[in-house]
Amino acid sequence: MNAETMTVFSPQLSARFDALVAKYPLRRSALVPMLLYAQDEIGYLSDAVIAEVASRIGITELDVRNVASYYSMLRFKPAGKFNVQVCTNISCMLRGGYEIFEKFQEELGIGHKGVTADGVFSLEEVECIGACSWAPAIQVNYDFHDELKPELVESILDSYKSKASAEVSNA
Amino acid sequence: MPRLVSHPDEVKIVSKRFGMGAAQIDRYVELGGYASTRKCIEQGSEWIINEMKASNLRGRGGAGFPTGLKWSFVPKQSEKPKYVLVNGDESEPGTCKDHLIFLHDPHAIIEGTIIAGLAIGAKMGFIYLRGEYRYLLEIMEKAVADAYAKGFLGKNIFGSEHEFQIITQTGAGAYEVGEESALMESVEGKRGVPRIKPPFPAVVGLYGGPTVINNAETIATVPHVIEMGAAAFAATGSERNGGTRLFGISGHVERPGVYELPMGYSLRKIIYEVAGGIWKGRTLKAVVPGGSSTPCLLPDEIDIGMDFDQVGKAGSMMGSAGVVVIDDQTCMVEFAMRTISFYQHESCGWCIPCREGTDWLKKSLTRFHAGFGTAKDIDNIKYIAENMMGRTFCPLGDAAAMPTLGFVKKFRKEFEDHLDGKPCAFAKHVEVELV
Repeated sequence: MNAETMTVFSPQLSARFDALVAKYPLRRSALVPMLLYAQDEIGYLSDAVIAEVASRIGITELDVRNVASYYSMLRFKPAGKFNVQVCTNISCMLRGGYEIFEKFQEELGIGHKGVTADGVFSLEEVECIGACSWAPAIQVNYDFHDELKPELVESILDSYKSKASAEVSNA
Repeated sequence: MPRLVSHPDEVKIVSKRFGMGAAQIDRYVELGGYASTRKCIEQGSEWIINEMKASNLRGRGGAGFPTGLKWSFVPKQSEKPKYVLVNGDESEPGTCKDHLIFLHDPHAIIEGTIIAGLAIGAKMGFIYLRGEYRYLLEIMEKAVADAYAKGFLGKNIFGSEHEFQIITQTGAGAYEVGEESALMESVEGKRGVPRIKPPFPAVVGLYGGPTVINNAETIATVPHVIEMGAAAFAATGSERNGGTRLFGISGHVERPGVYELPMGYSLRKIIYEVAGGIWKGRTLKAVVPGGSSTPCLLPDEIDIGMDFDQVGKAGSMMGSAGVVVIDDQTCMVEFAMRTISFYQHESCGWCIPCREGTDWLKKSLTRFHAGFGTAKDIDNIKYIAENMMGRTFCPLGDAAAMPTLGFVKKFRKEFEDHLDGKPCAFAKHVEVELV
């Protein structure tokens, strides 16, 4: 694939890639960050994203897939617009992480790695997210919400629902 | 936004600028920032390394290796470029201290990285943050850009003949990458599997060049050591353990939070005074002293000072100083199961004892907790864990085996109470995947 003519990258993502590779002693060091940034923009690592990253870095698609499959934040299928990640590791578990996870399951009607029918939310039980002293904690995409209680779940979801509908009406 | 806490017993060195707006470069300079770097440019490499050695600063990632000694291992002459690599992959369950440093004091990380570079003769440093810390990466990126704009980074830092470049790097979700050789693999754009040692990174590291790899808290401590002087820093801590640590206290306490306390501070006081004691008027069952990979301590084992040597003598490790407190209403089999299922998830699969061992431990503990265990399983769990120890490239295998051995040894009775088809009285969250 020719990266210039067949790009799935936006101009911004393309510029970010060019700035990034220029910094490193070795071009390949941009691989992991670029996969994550591309996923942020496109939603997941589609075949086209993998092909484009491979061609831009100058390695094979197989090599890209091999690396991408190692990292738990990288995904090969779309997630919801807002990916709810609930930590249930020890510090969160001790303070009710599983109750939070159950509440999200109930509210969203989906389980671990599920996506809601409208595509707005997905749900994941995740390992430690580094908010142990403020447990239980979750991340919605990259936003942290800490010191949670099951009764706060609904309002968190509502705030993202209104974000989603605001974006629809703006579009 | 993570809540900041404080306690009168705290000695604020690393956290002294938390909550003071020091992420803004002008504010940081106003608070005395970058003076340590200027001083190090004047004094030079040998002086810096001697100061670090005299300070008794030891690695805050968990291993507790003396920082000055680590820096001194880097060869003076090298054909390949040398590098500084800051480990902000912070993924050990129970640990969230670096989170606050990146949030409140990113310039301390930059300063520490430059000083490490001056000490070993490197011109480039990498600051690696776990992928989940995106908002912190953005804070760090802005701080780096501001430092370039002021001439604190670049070709001639602070108008000197020294060059120093910093690259911020994101991970994408991997505990294993917190291991130093796996971290280098990740920076090089590969799967984060560990390298065999020797050669050690100080000789053959990133891109094959000599590399110093330090935890983010260690690096953030460096400018403070320079500022207060090695002797004063060493005097703050206990014997052979200089300074303070950011203790991340979590679990069943009244006031969880990140507190900065001198090395050697009493574990009992951490639980009962600093963190306000066990919540809901309950009693202490066990405490994990230094992140989930460290063996738990029982209530009669907490009269120790929290430093690398004393916790080691008590049969555990200070690790990342993530203190996880467990109350008497907790099932230790479930706790063991949740701990091991993390390591099973995070094992990179490179070394067979770890890949297979974590998987079998998870399966055994899950079945056990569901009430299908047999007496033989208890010894089997012990057998598997013992056979993982020391048989892998990196310490992840040990990190899974050590706490498991601790749980089985210290809570054998509780394991036995699960026998005869009796699932645990506290059981709430058992996913039974019988094999």
